[in-house]
Amino acid sequence: MKNFSWKLVLVFVVILAAIIYILPSLKPALWPHKQINLGLDLQGGMHLVLEVDTEKALESTVERISQEIREQLKKERIRNVAIDRVEGIKISARVKKEGSIEKFRALLDDEFRDLRELSDSKVDGVQTIVMDIPDSDRDQIEKLAVDQALETIRNRIDQFGVSEPDIRRQGENRILIQLPGIKNTQRAKDLIGKTALLEFKLVDDTQSLDSALKGNLPPGREILYQIDEDPQTQRTSKTPFLLKKRTLLTGAYLTDARVQIDSQFNEPYVSINFDKKGARIFERITADNVQKRLAIVLDNSVYSAPVIQEKIAGGQARITGRFTTEEARDLAIVLRAGALPAPVNILEERTVGPSLGADSIRKGLLSMCIGGLLVIIFMVIYYRTAGLIADVALLLNILLIGAGLAAFQATLTLPGIAGIILTIGMAVDANVIIFERIREEMALGRTPRAAIDAGYDRATLTILDANVTTLIAALVLFQFGTGPVKGFAVTLSLGVIASLFTALVMSRMIFNYILMNRKVKTLSI
Amino acid sequence: MQFVKPDVNINFIGKRKIAYLASAVMMIISIGSLILHGGPRLGIDFQGGTLIQVKFLTPVQIDAIKTGLQDIDLATSSVQEFGDLESNEYLIRTDSSVMTSEGFTSDVQKALAFSTGGEVEIRRVEMVGPQVGQDLREKALSAMFYALLFITIYISGRFEFKWMISGIMAAALGGAVYVLDQLNVSIPWLIVGALVVTLILFWFLELKYAMGAIVALVHDVTITVGIFSIFDKEFTLAIIAALLTIIGYSLNDTIIVFDRIRENLRKYHKNPLEIILNRSVNETLSRTLLTSLTTLFVVVTLFVLGGGIIHDFAFALIIGVVIGTYSSVFVASPILLAWQGRQRKK
Repeated sequence: MKNFSWKLVLVFVVILAAIIYILPSLKPALWPHKQINLGLDLQGGMHLVLEVDTEKALESTVERISQEIREQLKKERIRNVAIDRVEGIKISARVKKEGSIEKFRALLDDEFRDLRELSDSKVDGVQTIVMDIPDSDRDQIEKLAVDQALETIRNRIDQFGVSEPDIRRQGENRILIQLPGIKNTQRAKDLIGKTALLEFKLVDDTQSLDSALKGNLPPGREILYQIDEDPQTQRTSKTPFLLKKRTLLTGAYLTDARVQIDSQFNEPYVSINFDKKGARIFERITADNVQKRLAIVLDNSVYSAPVIQEKIAGGQARITGRFTTEEARDLAIVLRAGALPAPVNILEERTVGPSLGADSIRKGLLSMCIGGLLVIIFMVIYYRTAGLIADVALLLNILLIGAGLAAFQATLTLPGIAGIILTIGMAVDANVIIFERIREEMALGRTPRAAIDAGYDRATLTILDANVTTLIAALVLFQFGTGPVKGFAVTLSLGVIASLFTALVMSRMIFNYILMNRKVKTLSI
Repeated sequence: MQFVKPDVNINFIGKRKIAYLASAVMMIISIGSLILHGGPRLGIDFQGGTLIQVKFLTPVQIDAIKTGLQDIDLATSSVQEFGDLESNEYLIRTDSSVMTSEGFTSDVQKALAFSTGGEVEIRRVEMVGPQVGQDLREKALSAMFYALLFITIYISGRFEFKWMISGIMAAALGGAVYVLDQLNVSIPWLIVGALVVTLILFWFLELKYAMGAIVALVHDVTITVGIFSIFDKEFTLAIIAALLTIIGYSLNDTIIVFDRIRENLRKYHKNPLEIILNRSVNETLSRTLLTSLTTLFVVVTLFVLGGGIIHDFAFALIIGVVIGTYSSVFVASPILLAWQGRQRKK
């Protein structure tokens, strides 16, 4: 008696815990605890894997450093030094006059000590020093770029309003995004992937646009295009602008961006606010360049290039263009959330529509019910009462798997449902082994009591063995699988463990209870 | 109720030559089919590409779909019927990972609606870039490799109770794999190499049970992959999951039979090996058949009712369960007989 009373307690505790864990998923209002997570293939949604182009992040950092060097050279009045970015991430400084070398080196030592010198050569009186960023700094920049991208994307998605998004880092420079229940996937993708680098540059009206287009690009100038889509014909036209390369102000100085409707034309525009420093810079730019055009550049496309009528203090500006309200809203979102430090590429995308998700759940549950029913009926026919005990164990199995999923906050996917269904078929195995043994022992002439004990004792080791191999396979799958397959590994593992428990502990208890106080001569098995 | 009478005594071992022949034929057909098709047909998970599942509200012709796709430069896609016949669902598959461009899904929807004149719903889109495809390939193969490794260690330890030897084996296997890796061998050959090394080690270390189990395993997986190849079905991550499950399941069966063989060897050690093997297989026959039956109940239900996505997965499992049962009875045990021949020579 004593022996199996603690087992009884254990079983009841487990069953109770299981019911408590699974209740929230069945009746959410009753107990506000953790529900079973549904995978994207069951609830619909989008799964994205992005790769941050850390190479470009390095390039833009090097570009920025080059600009800083140029500014310092101007400040210190060191002439005849040409700074260029070469090979993507290297800086080459060509010193044309002997006298400047000393001063240049002094400048490098003072302000740019972190740069690593790669080579130093003199050809035809021109000294060329090539520098780049040391490896440890490079790793730092790349890591920072990914962190920033992660943060920025998270901000954008927050503002987009998706319930329970999952955004995390994957490996060194990948970002995994899961947006359950999302309907407008194209808009989400655009929102996430947009680099959104806002730059203010001056338009150069003094030089010839045509000659620049033909190939005579003056130094420090670039050509960027304004892309317009005619809403009626759906045709796009590109208007070139000759701009001064130097970025006067970026979106980093923005504190706010909002959609407003222009009362005159009834068109939406984005109104932006700069912070104090940005406002001062903006004031200076506008004061210095009245009657010149200021191009608002987003991701290297000119959005608009209005004429500066007067000095603008107060740090407010408008971005106009032919937006729809939705486009304006999305632009405001990305400006508020900030620019991505580097472009992102989509490596993998899986989108499941909500109707498919619901269908999959329905089909999965139907298969589970019918398959389960077949097995249950068969067990009763074949093993009679013992079969009924096995069936009770089976139902408990399913309960335990569900509770396990809820407790560990694991995700249930369609292959996961298949895993549960598979467990139904395989869990029965443990009981079959035991029952066959019991039948054998009874055939040898043992009493029911002895047969049951012998059956369980002999079979236990075999059952453990057999299930360990399935468990190994499931654990390996869990380690290497992704997404839906991982869900399968989880339910399979849970199922194996649950079936071990129910077959070895629980059903034995039921047998013991049945035989407890009676003298049974035959066993319904 | 009993399917198998307790005094059943089918001469399985006696029929082993026929079984060997049947197995050999199946293996040859499987490998042949694989060679013919140039390896297994990889899904987009492993090869990269784009997959679109579309549903039409009214029945349409596949040609109309293909015309629509041509209009948006997706002429090289394959279009297949998918799922139940009445659901009018089709699977469009293209090798290029195109879909990230703006408005791709709406373009597809418009083009198809136009060319078929019916309403189109895009149920699911999957795009796997080449980089991720390669990553998943490596993951899948690593999974199979590690599963093989752990199972080898487990069964050599468990069956032979020679944990020391299994430890040595693991080390030897690890060493062999390391050498092969240094030679920059691709992962599939790595697995083959590991298997060969394993079998050789088993032969020399006289781990007969482990060897029987592994041979049965390889047999099962090869034939399953072969049948998949014959039916020209795609290999996705889910199918790899099915293969690993089959490995676990087949081993289950084999372990049960081997346990019984060992028990009977102790009890009836005076009898010749053939009789003991036969008896053991017959004694476990009931259990073997029953478990396969119940598992088949559920897997066939999945196959019929589970819907298109899980369909191939269920198919793989069905093959695996059937072949696994067959191999436990006809392949694993007779191999033990081959050992007897070897031991006599001593």
